[in-house]
Amino acid sequence: MIEALNLILVTMILGLAAWTIVVRDTFAATVGFLVYGLLLALAWVSLRAIDVALTEVAIGAGLTGALLIGAASRLKQVVTARGDEPGMLTRLMAGLVSAAVAGGLAACILALPEPAPTLAEAVAANLGATGVGNPITGVLMAFRALDTLLEATVLLFAVVGVWSLAPDRAWGGRAGPAHRSDPNGILAYLGRVLPPIGIVIAIYILWVGADDPGGKFQGATILAAMWTLVIMAGLVDVPPVSRTSLRLALVAGPAVFIALGAVGAAAGGAFLAWPAGLEKALIVVVEVALMPSLAVTLGLLLAGAPGRPA
Amino acid sequence: MMPDTTTLLGLCAAALVGLGLYGLIVHPQPLRKILAFNILGNGIFMICAVIARRGAGAGFGGDPVPQALLITAIVVAFAASALAVATLLRLHGETGDTSIAPEAPAGGKTGGH
Repeated sequence: MIEALNLILVTMILGLAAWTIVVRDTFAATVGFLVYGLLLALAWVSLRAIDVALTEVAIGAGLTGALLIGAASRLKQVVTARGDEPGMLTRLMAGLVSAAVAGGLAACILALPEPAPTLAEAVAANLGATGVGNPITGVLMAFRALDTLLEATVLLFAVVGVWSLAPDRAWGGRAGPAHRSDPNGILAYLGRVLPPIGIVIAIYILWVGADDPGGKFQGATILAAMWTLVIMAGLVDVPPVSRTSLRLALVAGPAVFIALGAVGAAAGGAFLAWPAGLEKALIVVVEVALMPSLAVTLGLLLAGAPGRPA
Repeated sequence: MMPDTTTLLGLCAAALVGLGLYGLIVHPQPLRKILAFNILGNGIFMICAVIARRGAGAGFGGDPVPQALLITAIVVAFAASALAVATLLRLHGETGDTSIAPEAPAGGKTGGH
């Protein structure tokens, strides 16, 4: 029964992926991609990766989908008008190359070693020392905390990269168009009603992330979504990127992370080595500090480059 | 005989990589390339998740180390897509076109300040 359901799931995922590749209308393709991302999350659940499924729904499907749909609607007149399609020969060659790569990967999948190498035992043996119950959080915040720090830094660099794409007249200005909506309309209504609920859910997801699926990235995405909703409803404007408080909010989380990592170095261990007895407390402090910064970062990445003066 | 769930999703992942690669090569529009690149990335992520699932043990449903790396990967992939889309929109704002073909209109390759 489960096998049959998985077969249906795989068929739908591949069907939607193929459709988003071949469909002519770019806007339709991006909508297809969003639905495909949601189905993909079911595949992660099927692989017992609940934390990854949450991230996929929030970021992989939600934020990436919103980003692509926004870009597709802004580029609508151009993308449907161009006619520089590749010829039959190019398509054929591309199909052959892609099929060869996919076939090679499939052969590798079928030839994976048995028994599979795993670090699950090592994580289980050492998870107690971190004070958290969710092994993913343990890996993200203790065993591989450096990866998480670098990830937060990469996001920061991406924001700097996006901002640096601003034209001269909008340098340091606000991203995207000014949104105006009917003050009594449904969008403004949702923009007032949903954020309090979203904020509570985000904090809940952050908090349970210590012991159950969840965590700062998923929570931050919900916060970013709420912020974007309020902006799209026209209730607040996107802050100009030259605003100091905004820049401080962006770097606060990574800065706390680095500072506490340095505490670990000073306390005799290594950089990001949490002092014994304080592991859980420090992990929670870092996660709480990171979530608002990540939310602002993700929201600004979604908003894009500044396009109008402050 | 039907393959078990993990193998089935592994084969699905390989097919996603193939589909994404095909779209990346044949689509002339950069936005479609970004989309295809995301599908290619999803395939690679899913292979990683399959490897994690095969490493299940110690009471966990999968090896938590690759799973945690996957979360990092999904977030970084979003950041890369956001940067790519911002570059594309700037190209469009600069030239009124989104073509990256070599015979792009004059000025199309040197847009900037």
